[in-house]
Amino acid sequence: MTSGTVILLTGILCAMACALPGTFLILRRMAMMTDAISHAILPGLVFGYWLAGSANLIVGAVGATAAAILTVTLVEALQRTRRVRGAEAMGIVFPAMFALGTILISRYFANVHLDTDAILYGNIEFSAFERLVWSGRDLGPQSLWVMSILLFINITTLTLLYKELKISTFDPELAQSLGFSPVLIHYLLMLLLSVTTVGAFTAVGAILVVALVIVPAATAYLLTDRLIEMMVGSALIGALAAIGGYWLAMGIDSSIAGGIVTMAGAFFGLALLFSPNQGLVAQRHRARLNKQRFALDLLVMHLFTHERTADEYSESSLGHIGAALHWSPDEAMRTIQRASDRGMVVHANGNVVLTEQGRHYVQRLSVMNRVQVQ
Amino acid sequence: MSTLHDLIFDYTLRNVALGGMLLGIVAGVLGAFAVLRRQALLGDTLSHAALPGICIAFMITGSRESLVLLIGAGIAGWIGTWILLRTVNATKLSEDTMLGVVLSVFFGVGILLLTYIQQTNNANQAGLDKYLFGQAASLIAKDVATFAILGIASLSAVFVFYKEFKLLSFDPEFLASLGLPVRRLDLALTSLLVVAVMIGLQTVGVVLMAAMVIGPGTAARQWTDNLRTMLVLSGIFGGLAGLIGAVVSVQANRLPTGPSIILALTVIVMASILFAPEHGIIADWWRSRTRRESFKRALESGERP
Repeated sequence: MTSGTVILLTGILCAMACALPGTFLILRRMAMMTDAISHAILPGLVFGYWLAGSANLIVGAVGATAAAILTVTLVEALQRTRRVRGAEAMGIVFPAMFALGTILISRYFANVHLDTDAILYGNIEFSAFERLVWSGRDLGPQSLWVMSILLFINITTLTLLYKELKISTFDPELAQSLGFSPVLIHYLLMLLLSVTTVGAFTAVGAILVVALVIVPAATAYLLTDRLIEMMVGSALIGALAAIGGYWLAMGIDSSIAGGIVTMAGAFFGLALLFSPNQGLVAQRHRARLNKQRFALDLLVMHLFTHERTADEYSESSLGHIGAALHWSPDEAMRTIQRASDRGMVVHANGNVVLTEQGRHYVQRLSVMNRVQVQ
Repeated sequence: MSTLHDLIFDYTLRNVALGGMLLGIVAGVLGAFAVLRRQALLGDTLSHAALPGICIAFMITGSRESLVLLIGAGIAGWIGTWILLRTVNATKLSEDTMLGVVLSVFFGVGILLLTYIQQTNNANQAGLDKYLFGQAASLIAKDVATFAILGIASLSAVFVFYKEFKLLSFDPEFLASLGLPVRRLDLALTSLLVVAVMIGLQTVGVVLMAAMVIGPGTAARQWTDNLRTMLVLSGIFGGLAGLIGAVVSVQANRLPTGPSIILALTVIVMASILFAPEHGIIADWWRSRTRRESFKRALESGERP
């Protein structure tokens, strides 16, 4: 495998592994927990490296996972004192852990294999060169092994716990009454998130892990309401972001992790604008249709109210309608045009007159809205 | 005594200590509002969202002036907040999710731009990455002066609009019913937080800024129920953490300043949660113990407690 293929595969596997638990974090409104965990694992990682005497993958990962679990526990303990809210507890605990990690590095491990920049944005660029060697045999790039195992763990756990997670996410009371503990499920999810963060940390660093966990899942959530579609979709979006980001970064010769996140962000932006249901464009379109519809209703109601009354003639004149309904002349003309396109009114000699169809429409409208028209 | 002497006459220590204190005071006061308004993690998102702004400001102007870069940072942070609020209002995504999305995507774009700038071999580029971890030791007198002006301006704004901000934090509906522009005041208070983050980037860096915003306010809230007292205490706690962290880091060799400040702040927060006279855990425990004992005594003697 060429170095480029290894990087690309690492990126794809990593993005997919991160996106899967991200779905549940978003639905449970715990997205920022990823941010807290990904920073807080630093002292554990450093401590693990110190214990092992080198940048040992497994000892480092154990230390980091321990630090992650410590963080979750500390945040919840602080919350339980009822003196600090959840977000504040996070914002106090993870910077403290990160600060501790940075101090440990600068004071005792200035020469250890832990580049401070890599902490923030990883070094996926070197993933082809770090090999997994087992009793003298080269088993291939270490990152591919790590990411494959990670993806396998996440798929297996989420498949096995799918029903439990689903119920406890959407209806914790039901979950409790069915006899499985939401607390246990919460901690299992946190454990899974910790393992994922630790695994992905080496490839993309502390902050970009947050992006890979949250952004594809958030994008998928904008596109669908079904849980299973959201999970599959987020994994696919993550993989696409990895591919696109790789080429983007290669094209302008800069950080691949940065490129992947930028692509993920671009997909999110597209979904935010163009999602058929949640998208801003669709929402604006719907709002405009509603406004037009409302104007149309108002117009025919107005005509109907004054039909066969003394002021019918003056109330239905082209000039007066706009003034009566507080429309600009332009708006009034457009609404009248739309109404006549639908055959509800005809306008001749400067006056607008309801047709039979228009009258029928008003009657239906008044029944629907339970209003008495004359 | 020698510390005091150095604090006045040692150029680096003076700048670092002043920078740390200024940051602590400004972030403390404005962070207190963020904590009260349940926007604690907004500071975290703002500081991360600043990175692409710094890079773009550098790419456009080619300048390494703190003020130029920090203005870029402020604009980017501001855009990030706007996207965040707009999306939370318009879609089903929760605030928590959008905090994470804005934080990480802006930061990712920032990393892409930062590495791009570093590759293009611009002799002037060195030093942009000091905003990642903060590099208080690189603070020069001019930076500190800039911080002082920004800080005094934003604290004056809090002073002038104290009543409005107070209502905004506790009862925005009432504020609206008075006919005051709620959205504009909201924007103003958020923009002031952006200023605090701008000051913090060079001193403590992107990551640790979250604690500078949340810590002092959380600590101060344990000691008082009065907003005015809370703001003053919050500023004092922040300033104290900045000063202690800076002095310790410069005196103890090879201790990075940002992390030292944060650890000093963490100690203050924890101490407040434990020892505050009214809301503190120990006071609480002591009160319930005395109550229990007096109740027990009353039961034994058969009198009404």
